[in-house]
Order: sequence, then structure tokens, then C-alpha cells
Amino acid sequence: MEVKIRLFATLREGRGKVLSKDFEAGVTPGLIIEDLGIPEEEVAILLVNGRDGDLEQALEDGDVVSIFPPVGGG
Amino acid sequence: MYGYHGKYLRINLTEGTCKVENLDLELAKKWVGGRGLGTKFFVDEVDPLVDALSPENKLIAVTGPMTGTTAPTGGRYMVVTKSPLTGTIASSNSGGYWGAELKFAGYDMIIVEGKSDKPVYVMIEDEKVEIRDASHVWGKVTSDTTRTLMKEIPEKSRVMTIGPAGEKQSLMAAVMNEESRAAGRSGVGAVMGSKNLKAVTVRGTKKVAVANEEELKEVIKTCNTKIRENGVTGQGLPAYGTAVLVNIINENGAFPVNNFQSSQFPGAENISGELLAEKYLVKKDPCYRCPIACGRYTKVDDIEGGGPEYETIWAFGGDCGVDDMGAIIKANYWCNEMGLDTISTGTTIAAAMELNQKGLLKDENLGGVPLEFGSAEAIVEWTKKIGMREGLGDKMADGSYRLCDAFGVPELSMSVKKQELPAYDPRGIQGQGLSYATSNRGGCHVRGYMISPEILGLPEKLDRFALEDKAPWTKIFQDFTAFIDSSGLCLFTSFAMGAPDYAAMFNAIVGAELDGNGVLEAGERIYNLERVFNLAAGITPAEDTLPKRLLEDEIPEGPSKGLVNQLSKMLPEYYELRGWGTDGVPSKERKDQLGL
Repeated sequence: MEVKIRLFATLREGRGKVLSKDFEAGVTPGLIIEDLGIPEEEVAILLVNGRDGDLEQALEDGDVVSIFPPVGGG
Repeated sequence: MYGYHGKYLRINLTEGTCKVENLDLELAKKWVGGRGLGTKFFVDEVDPLVDALSPENKLIAVTGPMTGTTAPTGGRYMVVTKSPLTGTIASSNSGGYWGAELKFAGYDMIIVEGKSDKPVYVMIEDEKVEIRDASHVWGKVTSDTTRTLMKEIPEKSRVMTIGPAGEKQSLMAAVMNEESRAAGRSGVGAVMGSKNLKAVTVRGTKKVAVANEEELKEVIKTCNTKIRENGVTGQGLPAYGTAVLVNIINENGAFPVNNFQSSQFPGAENISGELLAEKYLVKKDPCYRCPIACGRYTKVDDIEGGGPEYETIWAFGGDCGVDDMGAIIKANYWCNEMGLDTISTGTTIAAAMELNQKGLLKDENLGGVPLEFGSAEAIVEWTKKIGMREGLGDKMADGSYRLCDAFGVPELSMSVKKQELPAYDPRGIQGQGLSYATSNRGGCHVRGYMISPEILGLPEKLDRFALEDKAPWTKIFQDFTAFIDSSGLCLFTSFAMGAPDYAAMFNAIVGAELDGNGVLEAGERIYNLERVFNLAAGITPAEDTLPKRLLEDEIPEGPSKGLVNQLSKMLPEYYELRGWGTDGVPSKERKDQLGL
């Protein structure tokens, strides 16, 4: 199944902005960040289809995962 | 005296006098400084029903006890006055270097009263204080005024000034310092303009005495480590500035588009913090003693200067449907030159674009570039026209509420208490809606930044759609912020520092014995004093609300699709926690508890 991964800020360095990848059923955001070589502590905000996501949740075909390092402002 | 000099200047422009008066230390400690102390003085001295643009209104520029010390980000000052935009108490905060310099000159604050019969500026150099003619800089933009005055005032002076918008009493006019830092909100620049006061320049050579040098060094060391090791203050803000929020808020579907008609912007990537860093950033532009350095200095074509911030990028970008970063940088530049609040200016242009979209603007009203969503040309041209009050820009200069009201559709103004909302759609972030509705200066994000827990997960992650716990979190954020705004530090330190850290800093500088709870209590006291003033000024609790669109019209698409803000389900609990009674009025018991 295909999952779209959107990376932001420093996580783009060496990885790109948007990746579409094929994964086996049952893949989780946790497995994806491992696959991308992103240390878990660098993931501050994780969204699945724009809503709060969980590292352990099972993803579905066509899901969009957005990953941010610690960033903020105002 | 430690942290405070115990002295302030009272400048009466009607009489042309400048007097030094003594500050009561106990009063200062109770109200901390900045927003708290300034509000206390203002409330004691000014009739709440005063016409904000009359000589009877006063304008107080006030530092905190940490301003001008070695504390990280200790350069902030507050401009406190009655707002001509909202009719509420206004306190508008600015960074840069002016606040620290006022402290170096030996003053904790300046109180400006009356009205000069001709344009003047005030020159402060330590004990020397003069009211000088400003007719040669009246009409000049911010940078020209600053550079012209620098030739006639002591070297190394810092210049706080208004631009043409303040002179013309635009209700969105800012007070500028160091050309691109702004006490931006609530029309404080119009109050300066109404007094014929163009600028206040300051140069000082004194040091701020602190109670315990060794203790302060330790506290600063601890806080600097926290700031450095925190992901937001140590990495995110230094690398991208506040603009990094564009993608975050947009991915959540809470980035208002076309005057809040939808909430996810297809062009977000073109106006993102990542793009700003890649294409337009010249250098960082930090404020006094700031280890974070979120300030940006950017260049496009022949224009360069400070900014733009996230809120600015959104107001001129998403909210006007514009995905052209170059145009946004230019609009931001002209806001600085005209001395305009970027949030209110961008969103008022967005409101005018919706009036036009709905066929309410006739061509003869326009007199310029068509006000159409998506027009990069329009955001730049109309910013200038607002600054100069040209054509429809004359009506727009008084903000979106008065503009939309003039066309019979005040509900198209996305404002609270007539001040324009910033860059977060409260339909998708419930607690931020409660914070907007109960902000003491009207629509504002920095009176209780619920984005921090609801989106960023700091200090912990809350469900942004949930209603439970939003009332207590909003209250705590509002009270905590009121203390920080009074201390002289930047609000951004609170991403890394907690209430006990501010207490430790306050104690080492002032020589007090405050703890984390004391910080929140002092903040609550300030919040209630502002509330009491607003009620006396005729701002009723019925105005603790949001624009009808955000309460009734569901977000049409994206991750927050189908949502409205459910304010009525959070507000009663909030009133109860505040001890304000079901009618939203602070009870005598709570006022007594807080020593009001």
C-alpha cells in the first residue's frame, strides 16, 4: 500500500519534502521514521491526515503522514 | 533598589514639562513591571471612559525589572494606553533595544500626558530630557525618521517612532523602534499621533543594579541551558523564525484562508518558513541579549528589512489568498515604514477583498488595484494606501470592523472586540477560541497562547478538538503570560522556562521571595485589573465572543472539516474558575483575594 510522507523544517535535509512509498499492510508511523533514519526524539509533531497521530497506529492505503521536528513560534 | 531604578519620567506635552518622579518599590513588586505596573498606573490615573484619541488619554512606555539586565531576552517594554481600536486597556509589547536603553538612562518608564500643539519628539540622554520640534520629520516614514533623528541626537541612541499611519491616527497604527520592531497591536501608534508626539529617542549609560549577582548568574546559566536544549527555542526558532508555523498550522487545517472562508491553503509551501530561509533570508536579526534570535532580516528586489513574522505571512498570505512570498515581504516592509500593525492591516485587506467578492464594493470606491483574493499587487498597494489614508484606504485604516460595519456587514470582520484575529482558526483549535474571546485586548494570540499545548504539545499535548480542560489551561496560560509580559522578558522564553524559573529570576534581580504559584497569582491580579478596567470602560461580557462565522459556519474542507468553535460550552467553566460569576464580572471576594 502507498503512504505519502510529508517532512518539514530540518527533517527535509537529505530526505526531501514529500515521499510516496510502498509499505506492507500494518505499517506504522514508528516504522516509517525508523525507515527514514529519523531519531524518535526528533519527532515533535506527528499528524496522520492532518489529525494527531500515534507512532503505533496502523496506517491505511493513501494515508498522509506529516512529521515535524520541535518547532514553534507565534 | 534592585531591578527597578525607582524613577520614572512624566512628560506633559500640553505644558511642555518633563518631571522625574519616584516609583514606590512595594507597588512595583506587587505589579511586577511592564504590562502589570503600566496598567496599574494607567487605571489609577485615567478615567476608563476617556476618548482614546483625546489629550486626556495617557501613553505609558514601561519596562520590567528584568529589562536591561543580563537576563536572556531582557529587552522588552510595553506600551500601555486605552486602545482607540477596541476601547479596552491596551498593552502592546516590543523587543529590539529601546526598552533596555530606557533602563540604561535610569528610568523604569515614561508617562506621556496631554497633547502638544505642534509635532514634537522627546530626546532622553540620561538626566537630560528635552521636548524638541519634530516638524522636519512629521510625514516621514519610519526608516527616514529614525535616520534623520540619529543625526541630531546622541550617538548610540535608540529611536521609537510612529510612521505616517500613526500621525493620521489609523486605528491599526503601531509604535516602531529600531525601524522594524513594533509594539504593533491595538492602535497604540494612533494615541502617540493624537498627541503630536512623533518619537522618543533614548540613550543611557547606567547599569541596572540587581539584588544578588551570584544567584542571578546561576539562574541565567540554568535558563540559558533550558533555552538551548529546548527544541523550539534552541533549534526551530533560530533556524526558521516564527514562519516555521505556516506548514504546521496549515497541515492541521487551521490556517485561515480568504478571510476565514476556509482553513487549508494550497499555496502554503510557497509562503513557508522553509522557503523564507531558502530564498529570502539575509541574516538573523536578534533583539537585546537574545539567545534565540528568531528575528529575520530579508531582502527581495530593492527592498530589505526586518521580518516577516508568521502572523504577517498569514495575514497577507493565506488570509488574502496570496502565495507570493516576495509580495508579502514587501507588504511587511511597508507596514514597518508606515508604522502599521501587520496582523490588522493584512486581515483588513482580506475583509475588503471579501466585501468586493460579495459585490459590496463599487468600482468608484476602489481607486486602485482591484481588491481580489490572490492579488499579490493588491496587498502591497493597499498597505500603502491604508498608511496614507488614500481612497478606500481611509476607511480601511480604522480596521476591519469599522470598514465592514460601514458596508452594513460587521459580521464579515473576523475580530473580537473590534481587534482582528490572528493566524489560527479557532474552529479547529477549540481552546484558542476561548482565549481569543476572553483576551483583555480583543482578538489576540499572545494573551494566552493555547497553540502551545493544542498544536505544539508544549508543555504537554492536548486534543485540539476536545472541550474539557480548555478552561483551566486557558486561565493558566493567560495568567502566566501576564507575568512574563510584566517581567521584561520575551514570551518565547516560556517554551523552555516554567513559572519557577521566572520566580527565581525575579528573586535574584529584585530581591523578593516569589515561587511559581506567586508568579501565577501576580499574573492573575494583572488579568483581573485589566478586566475591571474594561468593564468600567463599557466593554460588556457579551463581547466575550467570536465572529458569527466561527461559531456557526463549519470549516468546509481539510482535516478540521465540519467543525465550529463551541465557545458556549467552555465559557461558563472559565468564568467560574476566574471567580467572575455567571455574569462574567469579577466577584468582590476574588478581587479581595488578589488585593485589587
